Amino acid sequence: MNNLPASERLDIVRNKFRPTVRDYIPMIFDDFFELHGDRYYGDDGAIIGGIGYFNGTPVTVIAQVKGRNIEENKASNFSMPHPEGYRKALRLAHQAEKFHRPLICLIDTPGAFCGVEAEERGQGEAIAKNLMEFMTLKTPIFSIVLGEGGSGGALALGVCDELAMLSNALYCVISPRGFASILWKDATREREACDIMKITAENLKDLGICDYIIDEPEGGAHNNPDLVAENISSYLCDAFKRNLQKPIDELLNDRYTKFRKIGEFEENSD
Amino acid sequence: MLEDLFSVVKTRFNGTESNSSNSKKDVKKTDIPNDLLFKCPRCSNVTFMDDFIGNAKVCPKCNYHSRISAKERIDMTIDKGSLIEFDKNMTSKNPIDFQDYEQKQESIREKTGLKDAIITGEATIRGDRIVIAVMDSRYMMASMGSVVGEKLTRAFEFATQNKLPIIVFTASGGARMQEGTVSLMQMAKTSGAVARHNKAGLLYITVMTDPTTGGVTASFASLGDIIIAEPKVLIGFAGRRVIEGTIKQRLPDDFQSAEFLMEKGFVDMIVERKKIRRTLSHLLKLHQSKGGGSDE
Repeated sequence: MNNLPASERLDIVRNKFRPTVRDYIPMIFDDFFELHGDRYYGDDGAIIGGIGYFNGTPVTVIAQVKGRNIEENKASNFSMPHPEGYRKALRLAHQAEKFHRPLICLIDTPGAFCGVEAEERGQGEAIAKNLMEFMTLKTPIFSIVLGEGGSGGALALGVCDELAMLSNALYCVISPRGFASILWKDATREREACDIMKITAENLKDLGICDYIIDEPEGGAHNNPDLVAENISSYLCDAFKRNLQKPIDELLNDRYTKFRKIGEFEENSD
Repeated sequence: MLEDLFSVVKTRFNGTESNSSNSKKDVKKTDIPNDLLFKCPRCSNVTFMDDFIGNAKVCPKCNYHSRISAKERIDMTIDKGSLIEFDKNMTSKNPIDFQDYEQKQESIREKTGLKDAIITGEATIRGDRIVIAVMDSRYMMASMGSVVGEKLTRAFEFATQNKLPIIVFTASGGARMQEGTVSLMQMAKTSGAVARHNKAGLLYITVMTDPTTGGVTASFASLGDIIIAEPKVLIGFAGRRVIEGTIKQRLPDDFQSAEFLMEKGFVDMIVERKKIRRTLSHLLKLHQSKGGGSDE
């Protein structure tokens, strides 16, 4: 399982039976209420957000939604958010801060949507604002990459105190397709690209980006969604124990440092 | 998603592919020595190179703002000789063992004299102390990898500690693909440093230059208290070709131009290159009590 190449994991995360947040949310949280809209423009179906209980603790959940069929995918734009999705996320994040609720972000997107309206409404600004605001949000944030973590569109929900990934999940700076099309001018070589990009949970743990890996069963999460939901719950239980009692200043310092230390460079004197 | 953010986008300036072809090529065609004359890639007007340079590398006929080096930008922005450069010799490693990454950088270093795509430092503008960071598109399209991320973060941290305003001239194809997810994380890291500078009540001015795209637009570039752009420059998140591929239509020429961004509410003002120093100086004076710097 640990030795599976990234390209085979890509097949697993794109498997049409792979559980989505619509499957996981009812299994992990109780009394979940969805809250809609960014209060500026509209309600983006690619990101759902709401409040509920995790083991009796009120929490805010923000999640990117892959569809399980054509209708769901149409409604969620294949999990490619528009700016209003990120702005809804930010609104709910601030609400979580106000009511001292831990924030749980479930990441599963090929990337932020690339379209005319997305540009007109400030896709770049929306993502940037989330990165900045999440960094100083005064409540614990836990982000989990469930499947695809595509670029800035994923990172907009990924500034957190702990980043966990399902064992087959991938997290990349650019889609493998995009990578191949730039590198070899041939988008069809995405599987090859996948394997050199170092985007598996194991790779990212080595690079100091991913903090915890949540196990999936042999063959992928679709083979036993209940077990994966249990594993996510037990991860969150531990993550709460590690972070919920931390004084807020310490939490924010640790969060800053977590990202601050990522980067590989040398300083020569000449 | 970010398919063509790393490619040079030139069609912005009036148009068609042929119009926007490399000026050197055109020069060869007409047998003009290329150090004597400048042929504008936008309007095809030919001027003496000296006049073009004297005009801050802006075409005197159509106002095309050509890309300039970080060094040129610094020279025309700050008080002469006031730069104290930070982290001069920082170079990136190869975090994902990307093939030929070191060699590629070595050859660009030789060509440009740069160590990576950004110069940072402390300087003064009309006597006001500032921190300045300038990206240089000649270095791998000023993509952001570990070095750009680290140098910017340190510049912001220095500004925060010393209660100084910071001015960042952005230009970038986005996050640097060759450093993989490590590059993506630089977006979070730099935005975090902006957040701390912001919370300290200090002034951050972004000047967007050609091109400001991808992960840079989606992080520190969009977070300035005041966002200035040069006329007609390209500013966007997704690459034009990616969007055209999605909608199966050609986009209007002014799509993702500075003017388009201002109309949509994402840019405060469009300022011509020759007026940027003066504009920055005015803005610094206006913020004097809030990290607007002090006279030395």
